[in-house]
Parts: sequence; structure tokens; C-alpha cells
Amino acid sequence: MLSAENIFFKVDSKTLLQETSVSFEEKRFHVIMGPNGAGKSTILKILAGSQKPSGGKIFFHNKELSQYSQNEIARMRAVLSQQYNITFPIATSDMVMMGRYPYFKTVPSKTDKEICKKATAVMQAEDLMERDYNTLSGGEMQKIHMSRILAQIWDTGENENRFLFLDEPVSHLDLKYQHQLLQVAKDMCKRNITVIAILHDVNLSLAYADRILFMKQGRITYEIGDQNEITSAIIKDVFDMDSFIMNPGNGRKPVVVF
Amino acid sequence: MNKLSFRFYYIGLSVILMISLIISARVGAVNISYSDIMTFLGHKLGITQDNNPDSIQQALFFQIRLPRVILCAFVGAALSVSGALMQALFRNPIVEPGLVGTSAGAAFGAAFVFVFGSSLAGPFADFIGPFLLPSFAFIGGLVATLLVYRLSSVFGKTNVNTMLLAGIAINALAIGGTGFFSYIAKDPQARSITFWNLGTISGADWPAVELVGASTIIGILVCIRYSKQLNALLLGETEAGYLGINAEKLKMKVILINTFIVAMATSIVGVIGFLGLIVPHLLRMMKSSDNRFLIIASALLGAILLNFADMVSRILVAPSEFPIGIITAFVGAPVFLFILINNSRKQQQGGFYA
Repeated sequence: MLSAENIFFKVDSKTLLQETSVSFEEKRFHVIMGPNGAGKSTILKILAGSQKPSGGKIFFHNKELSQYSQNEIARMRAVLSQQYNITFPIATSDMVMMGRYPYFKTVPSKTDKEICKKATAVMQAEDLMERDYNTLSGGEMQKIHMSRILAQIWDTGENENRFLFLDEPVSHLDLKYQHQLLQVAKDMCKRNITVIAILHDVNLSLAYADRILFMKQGRITYEIGDQNEITSAIIKDVFDMDSFIMNPGNGRKPVVVF
Repeated sequence: MNKLSFRFYYIGLSVILMISLIISARVGAVNISYSDIMTFLGHKLGITQDNNPDSIQQALFFQIRLPRVILCAFVGAALSVSGALMQALFRNPIVEPGLVGTSAGAAFGAAFVFVFGSSLAGPFADFIGPFLLPSFAFIGGLVATLLVYRLSSVFGKTNVNTMLLAGIAINALAIGGTGFFSYIAKDPQARSITFWNLGTISGADWPAVELVGASTIIGILVCIRYSKQLNALLLGETEAGYLGINAEKLKMKVILINTFIVAMATSIVGVIGFLGLIVPHLLRMMKSSDNRFLIIASALLGAILLNFADMVSRILVAPSEFPIGIITAFVGAPVFLFILINNSRKQQQGGFYA
């Protein structure tokens, strides 16, 4: 379980995140949505422990985040960013192995190598191994990073819940890669992983999320635990867009049409 | 990516280094034959009996040629490893100790000692004299590097553009200061500053070898321990943080070690540019950006290249000699430009080398 108590974040006099408390149930796919500047990235960074909040506390498994070492945190949660800027040539297999850095000192163990193999298999990135990372397409690069991040929080039987943060992971990917990546993340929920993702596409969120948090002006304004709770009033209030909600039936998720 | 193992590179480069050391030890104002070198070494090690020791040649070999060749190898290793470290740290392939102010700062500190050293040390000259030059070079290098680093870091993140500009400014300041010292200096000192600013290995003796050798070896051994963390930095500082690495702490440690090895080398041989830029470049293209490999292989390749440069500097205008910094710049800059153009033509898409 991951929870935040009364966290807020200010830069000078500007409040980027209003005081808020929120918790994330284990093994579920949580999505955070909202317009630009709503504070989505801020709250994600604070939850992932890379940005200290101006006040409030974060708890991983009911223990305060500041009581863990940086390496312990790295073994509990991984973050996939939208894009990476890599300046040097590097083999894709070395890139994936970076996910195991919190686990070995100088030389990766057999387990580390096996986990990297499994993670790349899950992402169907085996045929990209031993290539130079910089020769890959954007979608292939993101596959490699996702493999790396899965390797970082791979469940090896400790049965301890881990957290996967996705910071706009699919914004620049094509349709197929978007769905593949989110489907993998969704499947990971069955392997003891809790997903917290920022997504921009409402319909993509409705398709994969177990719960959606809507943010606006630094606060969480709506929260839905079921896709059918989505209304055009919420969309209007959060994004200032007129829309219709369509229900295709046959057990399919509702779709927002603009 | 090429399939040859890291070990293949280490062994190959070590063999080339040994050969280059032997060739380099042979040539110069006075040529020494290989058989003589073998005899001298054999004798020194007590393997062979010395029938007819040519005392002048032998003294030349042990007192001048050998320390020079070994010093040269250590300096080449120090500068190249420093280049690899700085590039990993700033995540930029065009960083080297000359660019972020380390060399110029160390040169400034050393110039200060050249001019004021005797009055500074005073009656304790015998005791602190030998440490004066390296310490001031270290302080100068550290102050300059930290200034550039601080100026280019806003909210704990390094901005590369600002860093390059700050580097230019701090370099100009340090070079100006060094120029001022040589302006007010009495003639022999001034000449020594000028020569030294161009880089020269001619001051080699065994104490110099011990100083640079010890600092370089210690520096490299410590840095290898950080190679995994430096690799993670490739992803960016925030991303390295997600892997459990404190990027700020890592930076400070690496800057300290780096300044230490560069300042020790610079205090003895002066400013030698481009080596730190080119050696890691070549290795990245040949094999890998893995920093563990880069640090070890840069040390070997840097030692080889500087040895060849020094050999050229001795042969070119023998029996006099040419400042080695001029050679590394004349060879290094065009090679660098060639690499740059060649690679941008080969592929438009992708990373810096793609």
C-alpha cells in the first residue's frame, strides 16, 4: 500500500500541489489525468520519492519513505518517463541491465541476467538485444526502457508489493505500442505490482484503469473507481471540453467522444 | 555492436603500450639500441652480468629516458581517464579537463608558485618545496572546476550550455591570470611558465613519476568503483535517482578525484589538451560506453597516444624538443573534427555517434 498524508508542494509563493491525502490500493492500475499544469507530474514525483514535498508524509507499506535508503526505494518502485535523452552509444542489453543496478555491486548475478531476459520477453524486445540503443525507433526505445523498469521491480518470490510509476509513458508512441505497453503494465498488477500512471488520453485511461483520479489546479477534484462513473460533466469541468459518453455495450468500456 | 570482449581490448592495448614504451625509450637526442636497453634492464634487475657498462648511456637511460617515458604514460592515462569521467558526469561527449577549467585553473595555481614559490616557502623550502606546486595546482584546478560546476548548476541540475559558457569565462580568467604572472615574472620564470603552458614532459624525474603515478593509479582505482553509478547517469540525473543513485553526491566525489589526478599531472607537465577529449571518443566508437571499460581502456590508450606524441616531440627538432601540447592540439583537433563530421554524415538520426 502506498499512501500520502497531507502532502503539498510550493515553489516560492506558488502552490503547485494543494494539501492532499491520497492512497493507492495494491495490485491495481491507478491513472492520474488532468490538463497541463494541473500538478500531475508534481504529485507523481513526490509519490515516487524523487521530489521532497514542502510538507506532509509518504508511506510505502506503512513505513515513512524517508526511513528507507535510496537503494531500498529503488528496489520497491520504478519510474518510466515519457522520453529519454541518451547522448552516448550503448547496447540495449546493457540498458536493460541498468534496471538491476540496485541489486548488484559490480558484476550482475545469474539471477539478474535471468530477470533481464524475462523482462525483455514480456516486452517482446528479445530481437532488439545487442543493438545500439541510439539506432532504435521511439517505440522500440520505450520498449527497452519498459524492460529495464520491469527488471528493476521484478517479483522474485519475496511477495512484496512494488510500485510502477508511468509518467506519460505513451504520449509519443503509435497505437500498437501504446496498447502493448499499457497491457503489459496491466498484466503486471497480477504479479504483485501497483501501477500509478499519468495518461493524457481519456479513452486509453478508461480502457486500462481500475481507478482514475482527475486533477485540476493542484488538487484532486474527481475520483472514479468504475469506468461507468465517467460523465461529460467531469470532462467539462476538468478539461473544459464538451463531450458525449458512448456505451458500446457487449462488456466494452465506455468511450468519450468529442 | 562489436563482439570482441573487454578483455581482448585490455590485453591488446597493454601489449601495444609495452611496445610503445620500449620504442619510445629508444629514440631521442641520443638513440639507445634495443640490445643496450635489454642489457641495462637486465643488469638493473640482476638477471644478466654487465660486462662493459656504458655509464653515460646507462645514466641517460635511467635518469632521463626511463622516467620520462613512464611519466608520459601516467600523464596520458590521467588526462584520458579524466576526459572519460567528465564526459560521463556532464553527459556530454565534448567535455574534457581543458574545457571545464580544471587544466587552466591548475596552470594558474602552478604559475603562482613559479613566481612566488621561493618567497612563499621561505626557510621551509626544503621541507614543503616539493609539495608546493602540486598543492597549488590542485587548489587552482578545484576552484576553477567548482566555479564552472556551480555556475552551470541551477536547482541542482547541470545545464550543459551554461557549463560550456562558464567554462570559457573561467578559462579566460585563469589564462589571463597566468599571463599576468608571466608578465610580472623575472625572465627565467616567465620562460618556464610559457613552456609549461604549452605542455612539456622534459621535467621528468623519478619524484615526478612517483607523484603522478601514485595519484593516477589511486584515482583510477577509486573511479572504477563508481563506474556503475556513472553508467546510470547516462539516463539523466532524475532517472539515475530512480535507480537509487544520489547524483549530486556522485558528482562531487568524481569532480574531486578528477581534479586531483588532473592537477597532479598538470603541475608536472603543464597543459596538454585534446587527449582527454579524443581517447574516450575513440573507445566509445570502437566498443562501448560502459564506464568501467572506458576508464580502464582510456588509461591504456591515453598512455599509448601520449607516448607517441612525446616521441614525435623529441624526434621532430632533435636534439632540441617541441612542446607536446602543440602536437596533441595539432593532431587532436583535426581528428576530433573528422570524427564529428564523419559521424554526422553517416547517420542523421539518433544520438551523438549513431
